[in-house]
Amino acid sequence: MNSTTLSDRALLLFFIFLVLAGPAILAPFGGSYPDLLQKFAIFGVFAIGFNILFGLTGYLSFGHAAFLGAGSYAAVWMFKLLSYNVLPALILSVIVAGLFSVVIGYISLRRSGIYFSILTLAFAQMMFNVAYSVATPITNGETGLQIYNDDPQWLQGADSPLTTNLFGLKMNEVFWRPEFLGFEAQFNVGYYFCAFFLILAFYISMRISRSPFGMMLRAVKTNQTRLSFTGVSTRPYMLAAFVISGMYAGLAGGLWACMDPLAGAERMQWTASGEVVLMTILGGAGTLLGPVLGAGFIKYFEAIFSKINDQVLHSWFAFMPDGLENVMVAIVHPFVGKGWHLTLGLLFMLIVIFLPGGLIGGITSLGRWITGRGRKDQG
Amino acid sequence: MAILEVKGVNKRFGGLQALGDVNLSVDEGAIHAIIGPNGAGKSTLLNCFIGRLIPDSGSVIFDGQNLLGLKPHQINQAGVSRVFQTPEIFVDLTVLENVMIPALAHRDGSFKLNPFRRMRHETEVRDIAVEVLADIGLDTKLDMTASSMSRGDKRRLEMAMGLVQEPKLLLLDEPTAGMSRADTNNTIDVLKHIGDSRGITMVIIEHDMHVVFSLADKISVLAQGTVIVEDAPENIKGNPKVQEAYLGSAHE
Repeated sequence: MNSTTLSDRALLLFFIFLVLAGPAILAPFGGSYPDLLQKFAIFGVFAIGFNILFGLTGYLSFGHAAFLGAGSYAAVWMFKLLSYNVLPALILSVIVAGLFSVVIGYISLRRSGIYFSILTLAFAQMMFNVAYSVATPITNGETGLQIYNDDPQWLQGADSPLTTNLFGLKMNEVFWRPEFLGFEAQFNVGYYFCAFFLILAFYISMRISRSPFGMMLRAVKTNQTRLSFTGVSTRPYMLAAFVISGMYAGLAGGLWACMDPLAGAERMQWTASGEVVLMTILGGAGTLLGPVLGAGFIKYFEAIFSKINDQVLHSWFAFMPDGLENVMVAIVHPFVGKGWHLTLGLLFMLIVIFLPGGLIGGITSLGRWITGRGRKDQG
Repeated sequence: MAILEVKGVNKRFGGLQALGDVNLSVDEGAIHAIIGPNGAGKSTLLNCFIGRLIPDSGSVIFDGQNLLGLKPHQINQAGVSRVFQTPEIFVDLTVLENVMIPALAHRDGSFKLNPFRRMRHETEVRDIAVEVLADIGLDTKLDMTASSMSRGDKRRLEMAMGLVQEPKLLLLDEPTAGMSRADTNNTIDVLKHIGDSRGITMVIIEHDMHVVFSLADKISVLAQGTVIVEDAPENIKGNPKVQEAYLGSAHE
């Protein structure tokens, strides 16, 4: 038991290092700009929370984006009513997402398996449609909820900044722009604010999965019926896991609004719910590091591939004869830009088929293969 | 004193009368065997006790409390544990975790929320689990994943999961089926030891007559969904009704 505590501590330190050094590490890959870094952290939190439900208990929710959307709306409302300070916004977004997940979880958890997934999907689509239609006074419908000059902002001080901030510390400020290996890295306040919550989220999920409570959740995944014959009432455990992961989603939604103070209903759409499922499976469901890795992987490739347009492609294949160049551009074209989801789909298929444990599973078996070979060489 | 009183339990699956008016009385501290030919309704009866099946009518009174209408986890919390015939263990968890789960459920009740409690602080429950696993001969495999164990070890683990709860009533569904003679005798010793030292009442379903007559204080014979005889072991062997149930009547 001591060795697991030790390796957990090492894993946590490794994770903290990765997150804090993020802007420097990603600079050579062209990923060191605030918008992308913040997305890494936000979706990392979202995926870690989703993994507490899906990875530990095996219950696949297809409506988790609803909690993320609710968190974003709650945060923007706090900006409109109180001030640009991010703390009240985050607190309310977690509370609101928690309340929604209590109700949705209570009803959806009456069923398991595919029926549970369908119920959560139905609830999320309902919330999505309501946000677009009857709830327009709260959500501002298709335009999306944003901050206007005539909003009350009762607590907004006369000299406090007119952008999201933490007691005057502006979220969009880049405080250091050093060069790494010839690439610019941007160290941004908003990223480190999100990073703090990402590390906290990671630590909490680690504690949960190592606790007796987490063991019960893993037992649900393996054999829920047996657990009830063992004297455990499984539904409260499931609801607790559901609400915790819903609050994580709310936190992610709140952070998103803190970085960019607007909220739209499209954040609740089923494609957004599907994305977090992909992230978790891609990275390795049930592992601690996997979901964050999956989130980073998807957001990075989204940023890179969706930026490539035909002009970029022509410059890539410029060394070829004209005819061949056009053919190559035509072949690659559907996979980049707006069509980058095609690439994502292919990557997802490759990983699910060849690395059933996700990226983390792949890395672990690679590590085992290397150490295994190392031992053979010695012997 | 009867700790389990079963009265007029009926269960029908479509056109099949699986249990017809079953009456049974299990004395506290006794080992009570239920025997009978295949399809007599023995497993169905156990399933009615633990809430897996709900009888159409009748009552199951355990320790002054009617078990019918209670949820499976409430029945277990009342002090009834079942050892399943085909091991129903948590295959993805380790051997130790498999036994710690029922031990935690026994100590903490059906639900306890503390997501931050550290597993290594649960030394007390761990010690109890290790002790039971040592009794049953699995203490060398604590960190093994349950799915990678042999069939026999899985059955032993299943038994440990029941024993660790120190139930008032332990239901055993063919605990020695498929075991070698040596393992069977070992299991008989373990059960005898537990019955004597902890005074746990046991209801045991068994086909192996060697096991039945080594353990049972009382035997109920179930045939075609009803109890035809309930008597002490020495009176069962010669009973013509029992012979008829197993071999069929000579007149037919």
